[in-house]
Amino acid sequence: MWRRANGSSGRWGSRAMGAAVLVALAALPLVSPTYYLHLLTLTFCYGILAMSLDVLVGYTGLSSLGHAAYFGVAGYMVGVLATRYALGFWPAFSLALLAAIIVAGVFGLLAIRATGPYFLIITLALGQIIWGLAYRWVSMTGGDNGLRGIPRPVVGFGLHLAQIQSFYYFALIVTALAAGVMAVLAVSPFGLTLRGIRESGSRMRALGYNVWLHKYLAFVIAGAFSGLGGVLYAYYNQFVSPADVSLVASANALLMVVLGGSGTLWGALIGAALLVFLQNLISGLTQRWLTILGAILVLSVMYAPQGIVGAARVLVARGTAGPASRAAPVPTAEPHA
Amino acid sequence: MAQAVTRRAVVKRGVFLAGAAVCGLGRLRPIAYAQEKAPIRIGFIADITGTVAQSGRDMLDGFQLYLAEKGSTMAGRPVDLIIEDAAGVPANALTKARKLVEQDQVHILTAPLLASEGYAVRDYIVDRNTPTLFAVCSADDLTQRKRAPVIIRTGWSSSEPSHPFGEWVAGTLKYKRIATIGSDYAFGYEVVGGFQRTFEQRGGQVVQKIWAPLGTPDYSPYVTQIRRDVDAVFAIPVGADAIRFTKTYRQYGLKDKIPLIGGGVLMDESLLRGMDPSDADGTITALMWSAALPTPQAQKFVAAFRARYAKDPSYYAETNYSGAQWIHAAVEHIDGKVEDQQGFLRALRAVQLPNAPRGPMRLDDYQNVVQNVYVRKVDVRDGHAQNTVIYTFHNVSQFWTFPPAAFLAQPVYGRDFPPCRYCA
Repeated sequence: MWRRANGSSGRWGSRAMGAAVLVALAALPLVSPTYYLHLLTLTFCYGILAMSLDVLVGYTGLSSLGHAAYFGVAGYMVGVLATRYALGFWPAFSLALLAAIIVAGVFGLLAIRATGPYFLIITLALGQIIWGLAYRWVSMTGGDNGLRGIPRPVVGFGLHLAQIQSFYYFALIVTALAAGVMAVLAVSPFGLTLRGIRESGSRMRALGYNVWLHKYLAFVIAGAFSGLGGVLYAYYNQFVSPADVSLVASANALLMVVLGGSGTLWGALIGAALLVFLQNLISGLTQRWLTILGAILVLSVMYAPQGIVGAARVLVARGTAGPASRAAPVPTAEPHA
Repeated sequence: MAQAVTRRAVVKRGVFLAGAAVCGLGRLRPIAYAQEKAPIRIGFIADITGTVAQSGRDMLDGFQLYLAEKGSTMAGRPVDLIIEDAAGVPANALTKARKLVEQDQVHILTAPLLASEGYAVRDYIVDRNTPTLFAVCSADDLTQRKRAPVIIRTGWSSSEPSHPFGEWVAGTLKYKRIATIGSDYAFGYEVVGGFQRTFEQRGGQVVQKIWAPLGTPDYSPYVTQIRRDVDAVFAIPVGADAIRFTKTYRQYGLKDKIPLIGGGVLMDESLLRGMDPSDADGTITALMWSAALPTPQAQKFVAAFRARYAKDPSYYAETNYSGAQWIHAAVEHIDGKVEDQQGFLRALRAVQLPNAPRGPMRLDDYQNVVQNVYVRKVDVRDGHAQNTVIYTFHNVSQFWTFPPAAFLAQPVYGRDFPPCRYCA
């Protein structure tokens, strides 16, 4: 993220940093106790969910409070197919993803007509429909008891993922691929159009873009990736319950996006890591961990409203810019990685 | 402008450092215990925030009272109680179980409160072979069709008190027609199911079964559904729902017309203290504990608990107190060698407590507790409500008088089992 005079920016810089992070994560199982591998795997699952939500929130400007619904639909699909019908990894994974896409497709038709707070409410309501199904369709979902006993997958070539070390690598690869695809999407013409719609839908409509179709496609794509996160989660946790599709789960996802920095995919991942680690590490130290979590969130909203990644960028920009350039940076239309 | 920027930067830096410190602090704890005798590590999965926070708090209080009485020592080794909060969410319970077993390497785990949480951790503890004490989580199947050698259930199974109570209500109270209303999840199904089974065996009829979701904010739509042509209403709402239900039951005038009976949790001390005494007065329930139990060991425990926490001990507190007592007995039996997992498990299975606060306790062959069940009636004296014991059943097991094989051949109690044959 070092800027050069000609503005052709730190694309290589951030790529190098991304590569370094990947290498570090890959080397971690050699030195770390298994508990942190568990926390990181959980981070990857929620990270995919948060990144998919960022496609909606950060890039299209649509804040959804029901995004955990597709996470849960895919998770439950995997659960039912793997336990009751003993389907293997690839069939269960494909059917679960398909289910998430179909549900997102149907819900998108209902939700995209709304904007702003109305979109928030309607996505909340749609999320609650899925929660209600998970809770009351006891014969299918196990209701409040949840679906337990989901076996760890065997991913072709006889690769068993029962041990956390192997599942961790699997999750890392899936997350890296998902992040890569979403990043490519963000800088593609489609992604740029989404950002234009986020800035001003009416202007884009005046320019001749089909705003409704773009929003709808973004919704479905976000739902699909959310489902991917759900599949990973179901196989990792080996247990799915209505809490995973509740309003709290959706709100947590939104929190991760906002904390990390919306509009920057990596922010969602960092937000997920922050929330998972804070929740699990602080609760071991004090019974007042919820208060601490709340305080951190309030402080970050007050002092770092662009999220962690946004604040980091500002710090770096201030650090590398010379003392002469105290003026506000000129906004460019150039896409940042 | 420059001043404001610096201040904000300082705060931001402060928040960052605080966050880093917090993450770093977590590593410090193990270092503090490099002393002479290695501690016995007990992992306590608590639910001290969330929907069942009140009851979860009682669980922890009961356990800590016992440890305080014994100076946090068992067989000469210090006891390290590692508390993690699951907040009533099954996925959290599983994550915390992982942490306690893999990070803290506890020698024994205590199970969280809810049936859903119990089911969530069951596969994990079986996989890791970690002895786990189930003091409160009463999901029937955990010591029946889904039993496992590492599950030591010193608490109860949900239907355990319901079986004798059904017979008693039919035989002593002589009620013939009853409507039931319960929380719509496993615990509700099992408490009602056990009652319905023995009540109908003795000639009674359950003519209506209503289910309300856990956490129902308003019981009016359910209370108005209750048939008026019944002899009594058997209720088992859970947690804060019990307080709301009993209030609505009286507000709609049913309390004076139709007697209220129910599962013991309805009138548990943890909820009784939050209820209006006139809402609770006269309700008859059955459970393996009452804070008004007149035996010397019960009263000694109640006095100690009241002195330390200024409230009556609920069954959540007693089961964890006697649970800690159970663990202590097992540890003493093997001279503190808890690292020998198989030996520790054998000792846990063999413990018998003839003088626990609630009465005698021992395990059956399925590792569920055999104990007394008390029929209690709520008495209000000087504005203070208590569960006066009016009848005692001895040696009650999870199968009651049914042969275990026949019992297990039938499905677990569910929303539609036993079926409501007399429902209109």
